[in-house]
Amino acid sequence: MAELSMPKLNVPAAKTNSPGGSALIEIESLSLYYGASKALKNISLNLGEKVVTAFIGPSGCGKSTLLRCLNRMNDLIDSVRIEGSCKIGGHDIYSPDVDVIELRKRVGMVFQKSNPFPKSIYENVAYGLRLHGVKAKSELDGRIEQSLRNAALWDEVKDRLHTSALGLSGGQQQRLCIARAIAIKPEIILMDEPASALDPIATTRIEELILELKKDFTIVIVTHNMQQAARISDYTAFFYIGELIEFDTTAKIFTNPSKKQTEDYVTGRFG
Amino acid sequence: MENHFETGLDALRQKILLMASHAEMSVNQSVQALVQRDYDLAVRVREADNVIDQFEVEIDEMAIVLLTKAPLASNLRLITVAMKVSQNLERIGDEATKIAKRARDLAQEPPVKLNFDITRMAVLSLTMVKDALDSFVHRDSAAARAIIPRDKEVDALNKEIHQQLAQHMTANPETIGRCLHWIVAAKSLERIADHAKNIAEEVVYLCEALDIRHTSKH
Repeated sequence: MAELSMPKLNVPAAKTNSPGGSALIEIESLSLYYGASKALKNISLNLGEKVVTAFIGPSGCGKSTLLRCLNRMNDLIDSVRIEGSCKIGGHDIYSPDVDVIELRKRVGMVFQKSNPFPKSIYENVAYGLRLHGVKAKSELDGRIEQSLRNAALWDEVKDRLHTSALGLSGGQQQRLCIARAIAIKPEIILMDEPASALDPIATTRIEELILELKKDFTIVIVTHNMQQAARISDYTAFFYIGELIEFDTTAKIFTNPSKKQTEDYVTGRFG
Repeated sequence: MENHFETGLDALRQKILLMASHAEMSVNQSVQALVQRDYDLAVRVREADNVIDQFEVEIDEMAIVLLTKAPLASNLRLITVAMKVSQNLERIGDEATKIAKRARDLAQEPPVKLNFDITRMAVLSLTMVKDALDSFVHRDSAAARAIIPRDKEVDALNKEIHQQLAQHMTANPETIGRCLHWIVAAKSLERIADHAKNIAEEVVYLCEALDIRHTSKH
């Protein structure tokens, strides 16, 4: 598989804060094995700062596996072995001296199924903050309100902050998980099919939220929904059986992809 | 929270309005060049046509990207209608160029004494364009429908001018070359009204999801 470099960013510098297309995430010849099985094959990919990148591809193509490499979630699986490098801000996150807790603070994650703690709305957002040393109630209150506002949830929950998070709707729970992720001010937010279990209205709210969040965060999202990728992402990477087939601007991928496999996938001919 | 897709649609609408103002200006100036025998102005109108062409390309690009986002119902209609409106505006620009070419050639020859008022025809056609664009902006189906019969008025004027010119050419064969320029210019104004009618029909489709093209009764 030939190495694919990031296409030159043509989005306005003001939106990306990365004039000239400097990469925040640099993945270099990355391969991942589950035991003897090679799930990611020599992936090279650079992702820019404060842009949304979508990973697409059929089930089993490795997109979620690659996403989980970015905050070392795969460390939790014993049989996993990784080759190559993955740098964030120029530092290899697989270097032995990396504090994984600190890494996951910088690289937050939102999952397909919303997973709030069985606690109050307030405590869900407060949890990570307390873990990272925020103790003063006034500061906690301020950070929680700001996070809930940024996750477009504040107006819906401000009068019931101390009721159980499990009483929220699916879409609200997912936005709560986003509020929880952004409360500790990560640089990068990884999202693994964050709207796949939601109805169209809740999906639209999550999509609008992602477009708002990219002003402050770098977002990498795995989605099975082509139109969602088209609506929210600036760049799209297409994977197939562990290989990165094509990476380009989303407009290019969805209007004139370079590879036939990409064309076949985005037009629904396979996958 | 800001709706990003709506923002994209707004940008598309704004681009069409900007294109329309260029097309309108080209028609105005080409008719001015024709009536006032202004050679330089005619040349400038011809040179400005590539600006309008470029708008058509950019609007299509914006529309294609918006279509990848799977818009539905009125949003889907708006984008497809926007592409057709821009195509009609581009053709209006082409007609302005044709008028300007005739204006340029006529300005280099002695004037012909004619009894018709081409300005009136130009005003009728341009008002139709302007009203069609207004109905697009305001999504006003009734206003769009009201534009469509006005095309017949312009057709009648064109026919009248054509007959007068034919008579003039019979009586004054030495003016045939110049009269043919006037016939082509009048025909272009008649085509501009046709494009305005096309835009109005698209607006009806946009508002009512009803395709009224090629039907005798609207």
